[in-house]
Amino acid sequence: MGKISNQAVLQKLTERFGSAVSIPSEPFGLLTFETGKEHIIDVLTFLKEDPELKFNYLTDITGIHYPEKELPIGVIYHLHSLYNNVRVRIKVFLEERNPVIPTAVNLWKGANWMERETYDFFGIVFEGHPDLRRILNVDEMTVFPMRKEFPLEDPNRADKKDFFFGR
Amino acid sequence: MSDIKLAEAPPGIEGSGFFATSFEKVIALARSHSLWPLPFATSCCGIEFMATMGAHYDLARFGSERPSFSPRQADMLLVMGTIAKKMGPVLRQVYIQMAEPRWVVAVGACAASGGIFDSYSVLQGIDEIIPVDVYVPGCPPRPEAILSGVLKLQELVRNEPLRRRNTPEYKELLAKYGIQ
Repeated sequence: MGKISNQAVLQKLTERFGSAVSIPSEPFGLLTFETGKEHIIDVLTFLKEDPELKFNYLTDITGIHYPEKELPIGVIYHLHSLYNNVRVRIKVFLEERNPVIPTAVNLWKGANWMERETYDFFGIVFEGHPDLRRILNVDEMTVFPMRKEFPLEDPNRADKKDFFFGR
Repeated sequence: MSDIKLAEAPPGIEGSGFFATSFEKVIALARSHSLWPLPFATSCCGIEFMATMGAHYDLARFGSERPSFSPRQADMLLVMGTIAKKMGPVLRQVYIQMAEPRWVVAVGACAASGGIFDSYSVLQGIDEIIPVDVYVPGCPPRPEAILSGVLKLQELVRNEPLRRRNTPEYKELLAKYGIQ
């Protein structure tokens, strides 16, 4: 159990940011909320530098794609307070065309590769990132493979065609 | 009397004190029984190859005594395992560094077709980037299957014309892969 309850974390956030922090929930006891890209760096800075909360560790940055939503591209931050043994998850949703969000590299050096990976797979541009290029996929790749419009299976593959199986 | 079986001599003319046959057949015979393998192992098929090299299955019985870990002295490139697209240029480079004549065995489903990894990040068969002589199916293939693949390759080598590597067909094949 953490030293600070999720409610206390959320209360501090709403006191500071008001309606900029929205849709809080606690799936599996993990405090989750949404914010906008205008506020994300302020929220992260506050969580990291608040003397009581001290979310000093950035566990992960990743992305998600919900094509049916109005703002389909999501960026998800996982923070961990090693002092208080509490975690939070922050979601920011962006437009599909040209998704841009400010970088967190100035807060955590470790955000560098996480943001490169998120760019690599989802095409999310992190503004102010010192070296935003692909990290895992081949450099020649022209698509962002975790976007839903990208077919999962390789279209060049011939050995799984139906006629090989009498279909 | 030992029961070691020697390779059968190619057809030729024999008399007292001499044996005449064509150079081509002798070279092909010699090549086929001294294929130096270059293992390019990336996953579980590589583990099966280790068993194949070991004392129990003993690849050395078939003339592949010396696994070469430099492509320049190898004849037979054994590609074992999933080749990610990012690994593709490396594999190609290894193939280019090998001296002619060179042969390639694709061991296992992944090297042959991508296997279960039908995905954006995995090469769907190494024959997309380099020519392949023998495919060994299996996921992973048993050591017996790998040995069978090597024996099949020996058969190819034994019957390969000496000048095959100079033919326009062969040059065309390499050109198709953008090599040379």
